[in-house]
Amino acid sequence: MHAEAGQIAKKVGAILDKYQHDKGMLVSILQDIQEEYNYLPRESLEYVSKTLDVPFSQLYSIATFFKALRLTPRGRHLINVCLGTACHVRGAVKVLETIERELGVKSGGTTDGLEFTLETVNCVGACALGPVVIVDGDYHGQMKTEKVKDMIKQYS
Amino acid sequence: MERLSSPAELEKVRKSIVSKRDAKKPCITVCSGTGCHAFGCEKVSTAFQNEIKRLGLEEKVDVRTTGCHGFCERGPLVVIRPRDIFYQRVSADDAAEIISETVLKNNVIDRLLYADPNTGKKVVHEHEVPFYAGQKRFVFGNNGYIDPSSIDDYLAVGGYAALGKVLSGIKPEAVIEEIKKSGLRGRGGGGFPTGIKWESCRNAPSEDSVRYIICNADEGDPGAYMDRSLLEGNPHSVLEGMLIGAYAIGGHEGYVYVRHEYPLAVKNVRLAIKQAEEYGLLGKNILGSGFDFSIRINRGGGAFICGESSALMASLEGKVGEPRAKYIHTVEKGLWEKPTTLNNVETWANVPLIINQGADWYTKTGTANSKGTKIFSLVGKVNNTGLVEVPMGITLKEIIYDIGGGIPGGKKFKAVQTGGPSGGVIPDSLINLPVDFDELTKSGSMMGSGGMIVMDEDNCMVDIAKYFIGFLEGESCGKCVPCREGLKRMREILDGISEGRGKEGDIELLERLSTTLTDGALCALGSTAPNPVLSTIRYFRDEYEAHIKEKRCPAGVCKELITYQIIKEKCPGCGLCIKSCPSEAITSGGKKQPVILDQEKCIKCGACYDVCKLGAVKVS
Repeated sequence: MHAEAGQIAKKVGAILDKYQHDKGMLVSILQDIQEEYNYLPRESLEYVSKTLDVPFSQLYSIATFFKALRLTPRGRHLINVCLGTACHVRGAVKVLETIERELGVKSGGTTDGLEFTLETVNCVGACALGPVVIVDGDYHGQMKTEKVKDMIKQYS
Repeated sequence: MERLSSPAELEKVRKSIVSKRDAKKPCITVCSGTGCHAFGCEKVSTAFQNEIKRLGLEEKVDVRTTGCHGFCERGPLVVIRPRDIFYQRVSADDAAEIISETVLKNNVIDRLLYADPNTGKKVVHEHEVPFYAGQKRFVFGNNGYIDPSSIDDYLAVGGYAALGKVLSGIKPEAVIEEIKKSGLRGRGGGGFPTGIKWESCRNAPSEDSVRYIICNADEGDPGAYMDRSLLEGNPHSVLEGMLIGAYAIGGHEGYVYVRHEYPLAVKNVRLAIKQAEEYGLLGKNILGSGFDFSIRINRGGGAFICGESSALMASLEGKVGEPRAKYIHTVEKGLWEKPTTLNNVETWANVPLIINQGADWYTKTGTANSKGTKIFSLVGKVNNTGLVEVPMGITLKEIIYDIGGGIPGGKKFKAVQTGGPSGGVIPDSLINLPVDFDELTKSGSMMGSGGMIVMDEDNCMVDIAKYFIGFLEGESCGKCVPCREGLKRMREILDGISEGRGKEGDIELLERLSTTLTDGALCALGSTAPNPVLSTIRYFRDEYEAHIKEKRCPAGVCKELITYQIIKEKCPGCGLCIKSCPSEAITSGGKKQPVILDQEKCIKCGACYDVCKLGAVKVS
């Protein structure tokens, strides 16, 4: 997972080229870097800072401001619990708490051995299915606390 | 594809597309919106395609995967056009039968029809389904007819005709005049008159005459997804609106700022831009008129505040999405300090409609100061969850009961929340309220972008206020003190109330803090943030008082104030709850005897309540 310098220069360099080194596209650039590494390695931010002449602090500020960006690696499976209003009124919090108990991590955490990362999202726009849990892009609709165990089992 | 060099050529191409299509040819449209996707619509469309191939019917039957039809509750949805036969909850296994029976023999398959839950009556045609019958789908309607990945589909239903019309010699000022006359107001929440916004932007001085156009697709309101469905299902209508807006204000560069949580919308808009460029509907010298316009896509980074115009623009400039004070409006100094017109997805999608049909036609729908239709996402505790487009002025009752089919499970309607985190709750007593910008504001809520979350007797209003304040606290950018600190304190007070630590004077303190936020916050996120609190206090003060004075949550939601109990008479001791209990608080009471719940060990997770189908667990 640890990114070495030469590889960073190549991969991140290609992303910067794609955006014509446009400082206005920083958010998109960081999103693309994250897609590549599954998080934002410190070295990649240093490279962007140096190449585009943007203060490192500004990149740190962007990386911590936007929820979609993260500075630590994520687990192999991502469980995203929707906490939009429609899901909330249909009991999403109970579902989240059950998943937290099952995995033994709180929202935002990653299980040992980088297996699961548990996150929440404010709304995925699938309100008819609420409460919705998305695992690795699969939508699990009309979730109930008693369905949590089986759902996790599918991925472990 | 050759670039079109004039509006006349566009019409020629349209004619040729339409002439090649047989209006009578059966077309199986499969809804492929997010809701239906989650229900597995992809397998359904593949099954149709395979079956058609197997029978060699490629020339005789079309299959079209379309954007969202709106009736997400009953997905996957399939409509057989042109006869409009409406099938719901369709699975891949039904495909062969639908083709052999309905498409080839004109027989209707009874079990796939929608049954009205109130009357039990089966409905055959799409437009007769009560969910659709009460709607006016001016903006959203084409979603069910076109494949969003096909520009030809959009052209076939009259797409880009409005662009052709304005580029045939209508002056930009006249376009603005028409939009002003239509009374169109911003659909993103603010309700600002679109024509006036355009006019100010056009008239704002710009040294190098650079002006920007932005489509705000950072749909952050939890519980709202109409912009997503428009972008996914009919992206060209949004691009066409932006093109007309750009022409009117004299802009040549545009941006679509779309949430990264909406990957399909990003994909479809990207494709639509490429297709429009190939046709010469975007780029240089559009339709030979000399007008240039290009559009780029930016993905949001998951920050609610970026739906605010100045924060969105900061984010587009590659900065942290913090808003700024708007004593200078963004129409004068917006993106990169240039005059900028920012409108929401739905607003843009209304524009071609107004240009095509005229402002006089448009103003026939709606109320005195709110014209046209509005798309709402009708969600929460309602039978027919989905997207509904209704004329302004329709009552809440018509939306929730006639279109939405009422409340599930025989529960009692309690309130409806509109306007997202900036809005408020509207109680049962105002169910006959006509829905438009002004009436909703008067009630203490607002139109917002169109989320409409229905709540029943099992929802606690203190919990709802806490939910929104907690949401906003997390999304506050932290730049101004009233919002950063005020929301934190409000959340702490609400936490206290819901956890049994509420005290005399808390309600008044919440009201005072609300005034501070309303008056002192830098942007609309902060200044409207108290609405969920103020509106719940206004209409459900007794519920707050029950929490504070009696330490009781009447709806049975606030964990610290409730207990779970076993109703002995109803419990046969099946033991399901024992298995589900994570804290070993439930033990067997002996064979065929009621189980025993140890209150000391109970963590109030509700697992036993959810798992018991006999109603032997009660909350009090």
